[in-house]
Amino acid sequence: MEKLTKISAIAAPMLRINIDTDQIIPARFLVRVTNDGLGEGLFAGQRYGRDGKPNPDFILNRAPYDRAEILLADRNFGCGSSREAAPMALRQRGFRAVIAPSFGGIFFNNCFRNGVVPVELPIEAVRQIAAEVEATQGQGKVGVDLEGEAVTTPSGAVFKFRSPPLLREMLLAGADEVDLTLRRGEQIGDFRGKDSAKRPWAYRPGLAN
Amino acid sequence: MTGPRTFFEKVWSDHVIADLGDNTALLQIDRLFLHEMSGSVAMRQLAESGREPAMRELVFTVIDHVIDTAPGRGLDQSRSKAGPEMIRAARAGSRRYGFNFVDVDDPRQGIVHVISPELGVALPGLTLVCGDSHTCTVGGVGALAWGIGSTEGEHVLATQTLPQVRPKAMRVNFEGKPAKGVYPKDMVLALIGKIGANGGIGYAVEFAGSAIREMPVEGRLTICNMAIEFSAKYGFVAPDEITIDYLKGREYAPKGAAWEAAVRYWRSLPSDPGARFEHEVTVDCGGLSPQVTWGTSPQQVVGIDGRVPDPASADDPGTRTLIERAAEYAKLKPGQPIQGVKIDVAYIGSCTNARLSDLRVAANVLKGKRIAGGVQGICVPGSTAVKRAAEAEGLDRVFRDAGFEWHESGCAMCGHMGNDRLADLRVISTTNRNFEGRQGPATRTHLASPATVAASALRGQIADVRGLIG
Repeated sequence: MEKLTKISAIAAPMLRINIDTDQIIPARFLVRVTNDGLGEGLFAGQRYGRDGKPNPDFILNRAPYDRAEILLADRNFGCGSSREAAPMALRQRGFRAVIAPSFGGIFFNNCFRNGVVPVELPIEAVRQIAAEVEATQGQGKVGVDLEGEAVTTPSGAVFKFRSPPLLREMLLAGADEVDLTLRRGEQIGDFRGKDSAKRPWAYRPGLAN
Repeated sequence: MTGPRTFFEKVWSDHVIADLGDNTALLQIDRLFLHEMSGSVAMRQLAESGREPAMRELVFTVIDHVIDTAPGRGLDQSRSKAGPEMIRAARAGSRRYGFNFVDVDDPRQGIVHVISPELGVALPGLTLVCGDSHTCTVGGVGALAWGIGSTEGEHVLATQTLPQVRPKAMRVNFEGKPAKGVYPKDMVLALIGKIGANGGIGYAVEFAGSAIREMPVEGRLTICNMAIEFSAKYGFVAPDEITIDYLKGREYAPKGAAWEAAVRYWRSLPSDPGARFEHEVTVDCGGLSPQVTWGTSPQQVVGIDGRVPDPASADDPGTRTLIERAAEYAKLKPGQPIQGVKIDVAYIGSCTNARLSDLRVAANVLKGKRIAGGVQGICVPGSTAVKRAAEAEGLDRVFRDAGFEWHESGCAMCGHMGNDRLADLRVISTTNRNFEGRQGPATRTHLASPATVAASALRGQIADVRGLIG
């Protein structure tokens, strides 16, 4: 798993509510047998015209936001479909963080497993960051420090945030989550020994006695 | 001794293998359902890791998302370019690993969340996950079920466990007898309109109240299906006698003594009197009218007598922008009545509203009538079993005689997988998402109940079903 500790980067303000994962990457890009090439589908419905040419008005097609590694959004970012292609597409297009007041829960979990940190900050903070970014024509860098759980605005103001400790540690270390779980083999075995006596039907679909 | 507990607390605590601290637990996962889209990704990632499935007997696969629904379809037929390859990968992986596999031509085939309760894969008090956000649907039979990503799916394959942050508990009380023309879809759309598309973030939601207690399982599945549309990952109805009657004798439900033991356990699961919920909402079903969405989020919903809102009425700039953008996409004007908006397509299908009871309601409206000229009517049964049962009742003839297409089962046009058939059209749909581009490029989706979709098909415009039913 890819790790992430600290970045300082260009941030693109897209302060809209309910940006769903169908917008982040339309479903037609998911019909594939490889995870490669998903970055091309990022925000495809808005990034390209119907003729397939880049839409010059879309923020990620404009300098300097075409080099953004941080996305600023309003509440409920990543709601809807569970498609992991959403954070994969963000990452493949260069993003390392999304800052928003709240996130769809499945998307939130998926981010950590794809080298992208979802940062929850109140809307007032997100608006301030966006205003500072726009005041510098996008040149002012925004800092995201996952270890210190802090966001730094272009003017140096600092906003602290909270993230789930287990997911944070995993992203900081780039740890293999399955390995961590498999190390608990004995504990898992003990649980199943007791649980399968209590709920045998749960362990044997269609159990008949 | 613990105090009164909610259904959720009981089920969650029975699955905690390890407390990982900070409100996070390693959970035992009782059932994993895969489909060819996200499931093939999880299987591919597992293979790349060199690991093997931990408990293959608890894993199920079905082909539903990209399989064509045209009558007489082939086993790999798809409207998507890479669809056939994806289907073959899911089939080959499931056979190699020895999962319970439901192929395209299996009479048990259907949309994953429709067949999961039909087959008794989903049971009360089980944890069930699937790489699909609408997995919460099967909370309708009292399972604790939620959608996961494909990497989480790989983790479940390798360990049959999943670390999860524990959500807070919320209860939605649907009270009273639903008014005429008001169905479970209308009830849940009204709820989302009331609390917003983000109203359930961080919550596991129990649906309760007198309207739920009297509701058959299929309606409960519709309501739970839409939990994710207000961003609750988990939605459920605690098991009762209706649930138990529904599940008895289903293929993967326990039998004999195991059934008796399971039923005893299930009866212990409902929330105790006095159990505490961190948030409660009540919806008066008697006061509702049929609901239809106008915009690009399920929260943008009005009663059938309502109007597209004026952005100026919004109390904050974010909401104003949201309304403006949605109205522009939907090609509707502020203040315009929703009733009477011309439609191009009437779509009946999806894990939300394509079970037998849904088809019966729609057929009852359509019976002996023809849909309006220029309107395409499309019906895609939620499962092959639903399709066959409907045909046995003659419902397929009602749909066909009314001018509807009658398809094989699958996810079909609920999401745009590359088939541009609905591009630029206005669709009234029994599905769950009206997002920009969800059903195709520039497709404008209006979510509604099967009854409202059928009534609108007849009129060629968004219509009030109440004048068409007894």
